[in-house]
Amino acid sequence: MEPIDQELEEGELELPSQPMTLNLGPSHPAMHGTIRIVVELSGENIMNADVQIGYLHRGFEKMCERGSYSQVFPYVDRCNYASPMLNNVGFALAVEKLLDITVPDRCQYYRVILGELARIADHLTCNGAMAMELGAFTPLLWFMKGREMIYDIMEEETGARLTHSFGRVGGMAQPPSANFKAMVSAVIPRIRSILGEAEALLLQNRIFMDRLQGVGKISQADAIALGWTGPCLRSTGVAYDVRKAHPYLCYDRFDFDVPVGQEGDNWDRFMVRLEELRQSARIIEQALEQMPDSGPINVDDPRIVLPPKNEVYTTIEGTIQHFKIVMEGIKVPAGEAYGYTEGGNGELGFYIVSDGSGTPYRVRIRPPCFAITQALGGLITGLMIPDVVPTFGSLNMIGGECDH
Amino acid sequence: MSQKVVDILKEKFGSVVLETKSEHKDETVVVEASAWFEVAQFLRDDPRCDMQQMVDLCGVDFPDREPRFEVVMHLHSFRLKHRLRLKARVGDRDGEEATIKSVVPIWSGANWFERETYDLMGIEFDGHPDLRRILLYPEFEGHPLRKDYPANKIQPLVPFREGYEKLPPFDEFEGMSFGRQVFRSGKFD
Repeated sequence: MEPIDQELEEGELELPSQPMTLNLGPSHPAMHGTIRIVVELSGENIMNADVQIGYLHRGFEKMCERGSYSQVFPYVDRCNYASPMLNNVGFALAVEKLLDITVPDRCQYYRVILGELARIADHLTCNGAMAMELGAFTPLLWFMKGREMIYDIMEEETGARLTHSFGRVGGMAQPPSANFKAMVSAVIPRIRSILGEAEALLLQNRIFMDRLQGVGKISQADAIALGWTGPCLRSTGVAYDVRKAHPYLCYDRFDFDVPVGQEGDNWDRFMVRLEELRQSARIIEQALEQMPDSGPINVDDPRIVLPPKNEVYTTIEGTIQHFKIVMEGIKVPAGEAYGYTEGGNGELGFYIVSDGSGTPYRVRIRPPCFAITQALGGLITGLMIPDVVPTFGSLNMIGGECDH
Repeated sequence: MSQKVVDILKEKFGSVVLETKSEHKDETVVVEASAWFEVAQFLRDDPRCDMQQMVDLCGVDFPDREPRFEVVMHLHSFRLKHRLRLKARVGDRDGEEATIKSVVPIWSGANWFERETYDLMGIEFDGHPDLRRILLYPEFEGHPLRKDYPANKIQPLVPFREGYEKLPPFDEFEGMSFGRQVFRSGKFD
């Protein structure tokens, strides 16, 4: 049989010299999240990249202007769906800042523990997905096993595995369940052992190291100017963590470290997240120890917190109070506040403008991965197509949060 | 946040600083829109302020006020651990002439935030390198975060794009054309 190219003329076989445009996404098997990257290629090298987001835009900020403050919680759940509890707590803290209230001690610990569990779930997902996209499927499954344990706790506590809507202004929806502490303290050692197992698979793996080390580098100055926060900024060596720099809740009572990287490449971002998992576990263990077993969860203010159900059904005060909060919403005094917490990806800010009514005048979410994703185009320029996958994975763009 | 930075700004810029306030431990400085860029530049470069990072930039719509929009920027200094909210007011009642200078030359991270504010609030940023819609599609009419944009408004379906950007399949002279040439030449059977 004749080879097929024998009939071709020489001229037809010349490789084209013009750049080639290629669309990665919006739906791409190696990308979690819908994002479109239009790349201009010269051979396999990326000459130019245009990152286009917005495929998951749902008008979060517009929707918030239509309901009461409590009705925002389901929306923030769907912003960073890898760690919804952190968003819940972040938004609750921002409104509480406007109201000038502080939740009781027990609730603070409860929020810290649930939030750190959510952070563990977030980082496990990110690191697992990153390994999976590079062909290492086993660590993902092991990480998912750990995440499943956390989801089980969340389900037990909140009734929902993913979108909890559990935060409330001035407290939480429910007090901790009876065996909350036992559940969490049983899970933490198991997550630690999963981490050790997955590390043993990945950290000595030549392929994994070569695909990550030295790829997608960013300098410290660039990362700061671009508005990076969270694990991605820390991978460049800036030890900035909102929990340490501007402690909220009771984070100043825990002993934990802020891991930093040196190079700011994919490997460092991966390693920072890996170490943060351990630090989160440390925080949880200390919080479990310090958390009081009894005491109020919600602030004692009938204008903010819903009364217990038996009071609603049996007393006129309870009925009225319930009615007022549900129908009119929590009356937040006019003013503005910017509440910021450490979310899964970095500084999660809520800028809330209130006009004194029960409906927020303006809710602005400052999604950490919005600022991080805008660097993606610059990061992958000059790299090759296969490098897009780990670089994009290590930024941990969460579509819901990035696109509001 | 820091009262000190507010005092420095007042001393340095004087009448350009229209209003300052401090509530819920956040300091706010309202400056004239014309001085927006200079104040931002000063805040980053002055060692006493040292605002290394622009954390957030957004717009707030007050349809009853003149100027109508507030451009709100949150700044943060890692080194001095302070924050500041900087505001400027732009635009008339109809939402026209809402233009302010872009701060992208100062903080490159402002790029997407300004695009988003332009997209959703309709505030234009003068000197922005690439001001186009970011979260919504190019054919979208209006700016949804304005208060006079009805939340239940439905936009018409986008007709099939004629002058679309380059999408595969490529033109004859682009990309890996040799394969197609063989196919088109009819020699491939």
